[in-house]
Amino acid sequence: MLRDAWLIAAKDLRIEWRSRVATNQVAPFAFLILVLFAFALDANSAALREFTPGLFWVAVLFSGMLAIQRSFSIESSDGVGDALLLSGIEPASMFLGKALAIFLQLLALEVILAVAVLVLYDAGIEDGVLFATTSLVAAAGVAAAGTLYGVLSVNLRVKETILPLLLLPVLAPVLIGATRAFNDALGTAAVDGWAWLGVLGLFAVIYIVFGSFAYGVLLEDS
Amino acid sequence: MTVPTNPSPDLATPSATASAPLLTSTSSRLTQVLGIGWAISVVLVVCAAFWWSEPDATQGELVRLFYLHVPLAILEYVPFLLCGIGSVLFLWKRSEWGDLMAHAGAEVGVVMCALTLVTGAVWGRPTWGTYWDWSDVRLVTTLILCLLFVGYLALRRVPGDPTTRAKQAAIVALVALIDIPLINRSVEWWENRTLHQKGTIAQGKIEDINAFATLLGFIMVGLGIAFLMTHRFRIAWLERQVDRVGLDDAIAHRRAEAATGVDASVGRTPEEGGQQ
Repeated sequence: MLRDAWLIAAKDLRIEWRSRVATNQVAPFAFLILVLFAFALDANSAALREFTPGLFWVAVLFSGMLAIQRSFSIESSDGVGDALLLSGIEPASMFLGKALAIFLQLLALEVILAVAVLVLYDAGIEDGVLFATTSLVAAAGVAAAGTLYGVLSVNLRVKETILPLLLLPVLAPVLIGATRAFNDALGTAAVDGWAWLGVLGLFAVIYIVFGSFAYGVLLEDS
Repeated sequence: MTVPTNPSPDLATPSATASAPLLTSTSSRLTQVLGIGWAISVVLVVCAAFWWSEPDATQGELVRLFYLHVPLAILEYVPFLLCGIGSVLFLWKRSEWGDLMAHAGAEVGVVMCALTLVTGAVWGRPTWGTYWDWSDVRLVTTLILCLLFVGYLALRRVPGDPTTRAKQAAIVALVALIDIPLINRSVEWWENRTLHQKGTIAQGKIEDINAFATLLGFIMVGLGIAFLMTHRFRIAWLERQVDRVGLDDAIAHRRAEAATGVDASVGRTPEEGGQQ
């Protein structure tokens, strides 16, 4: 099962590596969001530093949305979806594979965004372990929920508009929890980041388990 | 609301009549009783809230909105819960009844959720000094719940195969419902970050006439939910029947054309017509 999942993830990552869409479009878009925030907050360095955690995670969610849409648009052309169904790979493995590929892309996005906020927003990391753990766990939650809703909306004529409407409210707990945890990790507010990390972990576990079961139902005739 | 039973009685409509008796109206004896009960309870709540009850010691006249807001805030979960049960029934047993109940529950739930937020904001302004407080986890999670089901209803409106759409909607409903326990427990979980008072009723602070008015409020909102749910369910059921009757009519027309030998409207033989 895990071997099959890795096959799917490797396929997706290979396509991304060769097409360069993630590196040429999604990553620059994520960077662009950070630039826009600076314009919106009137180049106020103190405000940017204070709100870095929230701005960082909003940038991750918006650019992650593109990565999720991209991950499923490559399935919808050339009968790839049907070919995958015929391959005999279990739906749960497919779910884990797709989610793993999105997870790794999100991690790459987070690294780029982290460097960007450290340089552009003058943010400083006080608790590196919490920073890294939050990034990993939150990305896992986003990838799991995103994969589930990605396959659900892939064959809808309104997929570009319905995916954010469905997915972003579901990800609201991730945005709140990850922002709070980053508040602690970056020292911008006195909160217990590790407690919020628990919320993020619960979210990730619930959606990984639920997604593994629900993916097959959605695949049958989507 | 009434619809004509069968517009063309000469054409057979087997599947519409075989599965269930044809409904002709969204009202039934049950909804009539519920509707009359609801109307009476609205009058009673208005009397209890505005004339019979006394202003509260701490909240003053504002407590009167409490008789609507608290029942809404608690009973809003019932339609969402019914939506969840309907979704599980559909995924498990492929129950069309469950699918329709899920749709009805989500629609009524969104209305109740929006009313909860509006009455809460109106109450919050004089009580807390603000319509909205972003640091109150319960407010924010109720808003998220409302938005989750707005997305659910948007998905249900996307045209397509009803069975596929029902499956997708059922999954979306279950994902959304995982949020509800989080909302319910959030007052306790993030105790230091909420303006909400904790279980006033459970602590026995509300007495006599105020308790009676609150009870009436619960009955009113409960009857309202039952009334709207039943009507919404029957509307969805009628829509399915109209779809089926429409399809059966179309099939019967084609068969009639085939029986006459020539498709008069196009002037071709049935074989050619069938290849369209």
